[in-house]
Amino acid sequence: MSALAAAASTGEAVQFWVLGTVAVVGALGTILMKKAVHSALCLAATMIILAVFYLANGAYFLGVVQIIVYTGAIMMLFLFVVMLVGVTAADSLKETLKGQRWWAALCGIGFGVLMIAGIGQASLGPGAFVGLGEANAAGNVQGLAALIFTKYVFAFEATGALLITAAVGAMVLTHRERTERARTQRELAEQRVREASAPPSAAPHPASADYGWKLPTPLPAPGVYARHNAVDIAGLLPDGTPSELTVSKTLRDRGQIRDVSREALNDLRALEQRSEERLGRDCDELDRGGRGEGQEAGR
Amino acid sequence: MNPVNYLYLAALLFTIGASGVLIRRNAIVVFMCIELMLNACNLSLVAFSRMHGNLDGQIIAFFTMVVAAAEVVVGLAIIVSLFRSRHSASVDDASLMKL
Repeated sequence: MSALAAAASTGEAVQFWVLGTVAVVGALGTILMKKAVHSALCLAATMIILAVFYLANGAYFLGVVQIIVYTGAIMMLFLFVVMLVGVTAADSLKETLKGQRWWAALCGIGFGVLMIAGIGQASLGPGAFVGLGEANAAGNVQGLAALIFTKYVFAFEATGALLITAAVGAMVLTHRERTERARTQRELAEQRVREASAPPSAAPHPASADYGWKLPTPLPAPGVYARHNAVDIAGLLPDGTPSELTVSKTLRDRGQIRDVSREALNDLRALEQRSEERLGRDCDELDRGGRGEGQEAGR
Repeated sequence: MNPVNYLYLAALLFTIGASGVLIRRNAIVVFMCIELMLNACNLSLVAFSRMHGNLDGQIIAFFTMVVAAAEVVVGLAIIVSLFRSRHSASVDDASLMKL
């Protein structure tokens, strides 16, 4: 492991160029994708590749932490907020400042050129890696722990304070104080009965959807018991007509209501016909039997 | 391979992130670009750590990660509360501190 961290082999160069390209493409996708969800996924890809780079550079602990904390926790938090805010919320293309995007892109390119030229000019000590073989001799995690709890112990404790502050801050920022007392169950029930007892202006047929006033009870359930219980089948009123109230408003608006008020009779008729064919009776007998009229209609 | 390549990659990612902060209007995407910049810095720190053969760079990268996590928590809480009051996550709409 330590030897791997010391020498920059050909394999590592290949890995660097392949994964580095993907990382840059992912970063470009983050800023160029129109939808925030796609940006988040591109950024997650870039972060995973960075984790691979950390592992290749001998930062085994950081590589694992990068995957767990960044792609596991932070990116999921991002996706959670994107879902909360609305997946379809794309950027507005209206420019508040004229030409701001182009100037921003130009500034970005200029900044990049300056920085990369600066790195090219700087003398960075050794031209090759010293390698972490010595530092990681007792294990990467042990080496990090030894530093964190000795040299950087105050920074570490400040980090703890920072995390607690952040947690409290997030709770304070998203918490909403209830401005009025929560209504009790009794008050809710009384309100429901009061609203329901308002008289209907012009009483339509109770089967129609615009019944005009609120029911104090839950709406009647769809389906005809013992035969159909699908949600798109209207329940039947005592006189046999289907009641639109029993079907949800969405299906009503789409016109996806199936009417089965006549289906039962038709089924019965078909069944009788089949059984008669089975038994070898013909219609004449039945006609004589005095139940011929329904049979004829069935055919 | 020259170790400076890692620094070039980090500089490139940082630049892309900085351009994204300037270009994008969606507060969440701006925030993601900031994360990208922090990650680019971490990459250079890790590369420096290997270049010089000690773990101090990794420790600083570790602290950066912790700070980034805390920052994300607070920042996303701010974005959520902004969205609640304005029904938009665009940074243009939030040009005033009050409603």
